[in-house]
Amino acid sequence: MRVTLHQDKCVASGQCVLAAQDVFDQRDEDGVAVLLDDNPPAEAHDDVRHAAAVCPALAITLAES
Amino acid sequence: MTDTLTDTSGDTGPEPAYPIDRSPRCPFSPPAGLRELQSTAPLRKVQLWDGSGAWLVTRYEELRALAQDPRISSDILRPGYPHVGVGSLERARRQTLFISMDDPAHARLRRLVTAPFAVKRIQAMRPEIQRLVDELIDTMLAGPCPANLVREFALPLPSLVICRLLGVPYADHAFFQRNSAALLNRNSADQATEAQRVLMDYLDQLVGEKLARPADDLLSALATGQVAAGLLERRELTAIAILLLVAGHETTANMISLGTLALLRHPDQLDALRATDDPARVAAAVEELLRHLTIVQSGLRRVALEDIEIGDRVIRAGEAVILAIDAANHDAAVFSEPDRLDLGRDARHHVAFGYGVHQCLGQQLARVELQVVYSTLYRRVPTLRLAADPTELPYKHDSIVYGVHELPVAW
Repeated sequence: MRVTLHQDKCVASGQCVLAAQDVFDQRDEDGVAVLLDDNPPAEAHDDVRHAAAVCPALAITLAES
Repeated sequence: MTDTLTDTSGDTGPEPAYPIDRSPRCPFSPPAGLRELQSTAPLRKVQLWDGSGAWLVTRYEELRALAQDPRISSDILRPGYPHVGVGSLERARRQTLFISMDDPAHARLRRLVTAPFAVKRIQAMRPEIQRLVDELIDTMLAGPCPANLVREFALPLPSLVICRLLGVPYADHAFFQRNSAALLNRNSADQATEAQRVLMDYLDQLVGEKLARPADDLLSALATGQVAAGLLERRELTAIAILLLVAGHETTANMISLGTLALLRHPDQLDALRATDDPARVAAAVEELLRHLTIVQSGLRRVALEDIEIGDRVIRAGEAVILAIDAANHDAAVFSEPDRLDLGRDARHHVAFGYGVHQCLGQQLARVELQVVYSTLYRRVPTLRLAADPTELPYKHDSIVYGVHELPVAW
């Protein structure tokens, strides 16, 4: 799985961090999401899919391999 | 613009009035009338208080699609925007909040205040929130029984928390609690407009004090940083302060009191919650209560910028759109047996905080407050019980945010 985060779209809801905290974090200065791992391990895939599904700004896109 | 009464809808009969009040006999579910609309058509023209029409969106999938559609505007000053009541436009002209703007103006203002609401920053507040919850419970238990849970606990907690975060003196709480509630009343233009005026005066004066004597809080940081640097106008900061103060008060307070009422009416669920010390189960319970109760009851209000086709319907440019999140969170196509409170279900994809770029800024703060409350109050007060007839409680049918004005409890 390849994860892409569009920071310009992010509204800092923090939903991705709640869903998959090993894959997403937030910048200290403005809460905009940060991608920690663009190729997360298989056991994180469900959480990452959930993160993408609940992102209110559609800022996370996934390429399933 | 299309004629709203002849028909792009395909539905027969007159346009139903919106909003529809919940039933006191069934206070935890969306109004029955709303469910009827949901089952008959995903989009349905409804009639608002001023006789104008709006498309009501009640199903989850269509609601999520429209909430993040760039052809939908949140601009409260745009012609066609569905106002929540008399006085709404007048208040918006005096002071536009970023929840009622489109990007890029919305994004510019929102990003100024997102940092303190990030997940880790809010998590770091948990011990302080726990301390406040314990103190408020101590005080309530030391006072007369029965007590009004709203006044003694549900309202003070979020007030204390948002005041600390913003840097608003809690000593003034009676003043801004009263005016926060008045501002959200959808029926009384005079009351809401006066509440807006006095809150604007109060917070403008407070911003002035922060500029002169900054402290370690959000308003001081914005005043001495963005305002002093000319990046933010002082009146914009006042508007931000009102938005955060009002939003920080009424919403979480209503979730605490209405959530407690719901749990007391579902003792099996309350027992299960009381029995667990697993943070993940408590967090799941909070999401389910957010979904089940969906206290924002006047819908998310929008206006179409272009023609938008949904199935065999067309929302025309300039037409009003209301996204009924309470109905969507009870859409049986997404949440099985939606009217059943089931703290064990995965409800994380609910839309109680809205959806799209305007999704609630304070949602992580609300989550942590509710997690601490729901994992503390019923354990510390195991005999907590309702001290009134639930059908006769004063429900907030007249407010944008649903809840109870008073909740008498005993222990």
